[in-house]
Amino acid sequence: MPESSKSVLDRFRQGDADAFEALFREQQASVFRWILRIVRDAGTAEDLTVEAFWRIYRAHARFDAARGFEPWARRIATHVALDWLRARKPESEMTPALEATLTVKGAGDPGVQAEIRVKTAEAFTRLPPKLRVAAVLAVVEEQPHKVVAESLGITVTAVKLRVFRALRLLRKDLEQQGIRP
Amino acid sequence: MTEMKRNLNHESERIKDVLKAAVPRIAEDAEPRRDLWPDVLRKVDHEPVRVPWFDWALAGGLVALAAAFPTAIPVFLYYM
Repeated sequence: MPESSKSVLDRFRQGDADAFEALFREQQASVFRWILRIVRDAGTAEDLTVEAFWRIYRAHARFDAARGFEPWARRIATHVALDWLRARKPESEMTPALEATLTVKGAGDPGVQAEIRVKTAEAFTRLPPKLRVAAVLAVVEEQPHKVVAESLGITVTAVKLRVFRALRLLRKDLEQQGIRP
Repeated sequence: MTEMKRNLNHESERIKDVLKAAVPRIAEDAEPRRDLWPDVLRKVDHEPVRVPWFDWALAGGLVALAAAFPTAIPVFLYYM
């Protein structure tokens, strides 16, 4: 780690506002992208990025520079996004904007019919938040299991289990609608 | 057994493909449409720090304990 970065991290830990701004400028885009991967809506991801950095600032004294800023920020961002998913009712999740994003024309495998894509996207929003986050990060976004585990504060085995349960629930939901993927 | 495992793997891969087709990946270069720093600054400056309810409950419990058993205070301080 360069000396200047170490110094910024140390100053941030002591509550230095300039160091916080420097870290914000450096990490804003990656924290935003991480949250966007979970909530799938740019406007919401922007609001939650602000919330995440506020929580990061509040927790500055607990920051351990040896563990690095990015994984720590990603973990806080994941919890902010997870809180948001938990606070929303499943039936209100398929907003027109979200539906357009999820089932954009020509997206994904052309071998999968449009109707199946829509039904799958809807069933996906009905998954319990903690299973949904694991599935979207590990399967859709193809993030390494280790990174997903760190961001959720669980083990790699627990991530695999959550993904397995999410896929099983998704298959059951689709089968109940008469779709056999 | 091997046949069953193969079928399970196949089903799992198939549902993964369907999910990937329904929920496209977020672009690697996705960025916020505006600078979020002013919003963060506003929140840091104006948002009151909320104390979780269980912190209040814990503090209340300690005060009640100290009121009921004042002789326990030195013992409590010793173990802190």
